[in-house]
Amino acid sequence: MTAHSNYRELFEAASHGANRDFLPKLKIAAIEQFEAVGFPTTRDEDWHFTSVSPIAERTFRPVKPATLTVTAEDVARFTYGQADWHLLVFVNGRYEPTLSRFAELDVDAQVMTFSEALKEAPELLAERLGTLAPSQHAFTALNTAFMADGVVIRMPAGVVLDTPIHILYLADAHATGASQHPRTLIVAERQSQCTLVETFAALGGGAYFTNHVAEVVVGTGARVDHYKVQRESGDAFHVGTTQATQDRDSIYHSFSFATGAQLSRTNVYSRLLGENCEVRLNGLYALEEAQHGDHQTFVEHIAPSCSSREVYKGILDGTSHGVFNGKVFVHPEAQKTDGKQTNKALLLSDGSRVDTKPQLEIFADDVKCTHGATVGRLDDMALFYLKSRGIGGDRAKALLTYAFAAEVLELIELEPLKVALEALLFERFIPPEA
Amino acid sequence: MLKIENLTANVGDKQILKGISLTVNPGEVHAIMGPNGSGKSTLAQVIAGHPGYEVTGGSVTYDGQDLLEMDAEVRAQAGIFLAFQYPVEIPGVSNAYFLRAAYNEVRKARGEEEVDPMEFLDVMTEKLKIVEMTEEMLQRSVNAGFSGGEKKRNEILQMAVLAPKLAILDETDSGLDIDALRIVAEGVNKLKRPDNATIVVTHYQRLLNYIVPDYVHVLAQGRILRSGGKELALELEERGYDWLLETAGASA
Repeated sequence: MTAHSNYRELFEAASHGANRDFLPKLKIAAIEQFEAVGFPTTRDEDWHFTSVSPIAERTFRPVKPATLTVTAEDVARFTYGQADWHLLVFVNGRYEPTLSRFAELDVDAQVMTFSEALKEAPELLAERLGTLAPSQHAFTALNTAFMADGVVIRMPAGVVLDTPIHILYLADAHATGASQHPRTLIVAERQSQCTLVETFAALGGGAYFTNHVAEVVVGTGARVDHYKVQRESGDAFHVGTTQATQDRDSIYHSFSFATGAQLSRTNVYSRLLGENCEVRLNGLYALEEAQHGDHQTFVEHIAPSCSSREVYKGILDGTSHGVFNGKVFVHPEAQKTDGKQTNKALLLSDGSRVDTKPQLEIFADDVKCTHGATVGRLDDMALFYLKSRGIGGDRAKALLTYAFAAEVLELIELEPLKVALEALLFERFIPPEA
Repeated sequence: MLKIENLTANVGDKQILKGISLTVNPGEVHAIMGPNGSGKSTLAQVIAGHPGYEVTGGSVTYDGQDLLEMDAEVRAQAGIFLAFQYPVEIPGVSNAYFLRAAYNEVRKARGEEEVDPMEFLDVMTEKLKIVEMTEEMLQRSVNAGFSGGEKKRNEILQMAVLAPKLAILDETDSGLDIDALRIVAEGVNKLKRPDNATIVVTHYQRLLNYIVPDYVHVLAQGRILRSGGKELALELEERGYDWLLETAGASA
């Protein structure tokens, strides 16, 4: 029996909501699609450097509901000290209202859990859900088939939400051996603005599997700032796909921060459908021991005069393996495209490795597209400079490693998050003063 | 304080220093002058412990210790300071953090208590005045995006903070306009004490109008061709390096 036929059994055993709307249909189509494509293998070009067999060889059942043991103090460890942000907490994939701080919105934005959205905005779900992130991708299909809870945000035209929305996905001991398939849908209508932070974290270890999908519609002139912080347990598996589409004059900024999971894959895709869009896909990953972390970005320039900017950095220690694949596709109509991609990796150990593949496919003739990739070790001149000021070898290396990371964190515009992530890295790389 | 005897050093297979001898005592200012490629900067870097140079012979004694056996950071902790010709940019590390880390390392080595960020700010307020810098410079990343003049002033600021026994200024005047040169030179003069010494490495006499040397050494082709008092610098200014090189060539 193959792993994916197990998922069919699990699918049959689960309930998929009342048979009154589009949802069961969408889910059935997704499980069929999943069965048809199966888990990717390293023969697939997009998965050449990442073997998902540790995921494919097991069957991760949805987490069984258990008595909630997570406390507000547990949650506070992951909220960046921001008591005024809207906070939606999911534990093992299930929304926990008692842990969430869902302040009354002072504007007309709709922030709903999945089940609320099914009641309050079924037409929005029917229209958008599953239309951005296609089920040709096995993990997206699996998410669509098994999604049980998640967040739906609708920003009506012209509405600007100043307070960030933080979605915190926590896994605790009950998640061990199981899976969670949370789903996010953001629809930012014309001229609206919002900031979203999605954090994946663990309370205790355990080899669980998070398979997340986010769909983001950025309407004409709208702006969405979307941060993802992946701090899963060191034994966990994490696959996350964010798929945005952008209408004319819109702005989408994505930042991916990843330090967790034994095996992770993060996809961030944006399709630029209208003229004059701006997209920024930035990220930082830090791996150690035998971690494997894979990032794939894809910017599809469909309309003219759009700009895309990408900066990804990786720090690799131990026997870790990093992968970065940055694709930029420029359609023949997408003249005046301005694309720039930078990817840098810092290898701290002899056993670490990174595979990086920028991929530019350009079918328009009046475009400016550049990419640069570097893989290296710490700069000897900078090390000597620090030593010549009395700072010893190990501490000098730690400082330069932190500096390498901090440089890309500078791109985070959400100040409290930037400060919190800087502190996290500082603690990780800089030994306390003796 | 510093005694260099017959020092030879290579980069790769190429011999750069071909037998340098030099003695520096507390309270003295030595200028090392010479044409480009003479080995002046190499000498400065070798004293500071740059790993890119291989010492192939001779000895360097500092305060009675074998300097060549000490790592670069240990030399710095023992009071040697090199103001870099090309200060290194370190984006992501604030000047304040960097300076305090260095300050604490040097204090630790002297058996003094480390200072916390607040105490350090008090130290800095005074030091910043020496190089006419503002507190805003402390929040910026080390040298990142600094102008040429700002970088050199930042070097002298570090020197002020670390209060070295032996400071080596490597072409600190290069690329400075007259105002920046004055600030840097006055900074160095303010930091002068009877128990510390300064080695000024420079191509031009200009800086020596501000930092007046006790001794001037002319270095060319890896050797000291001539040593003299401050009047030697003026003679070089007037006659260039060629007459010395020719004299040396004739006597070789």
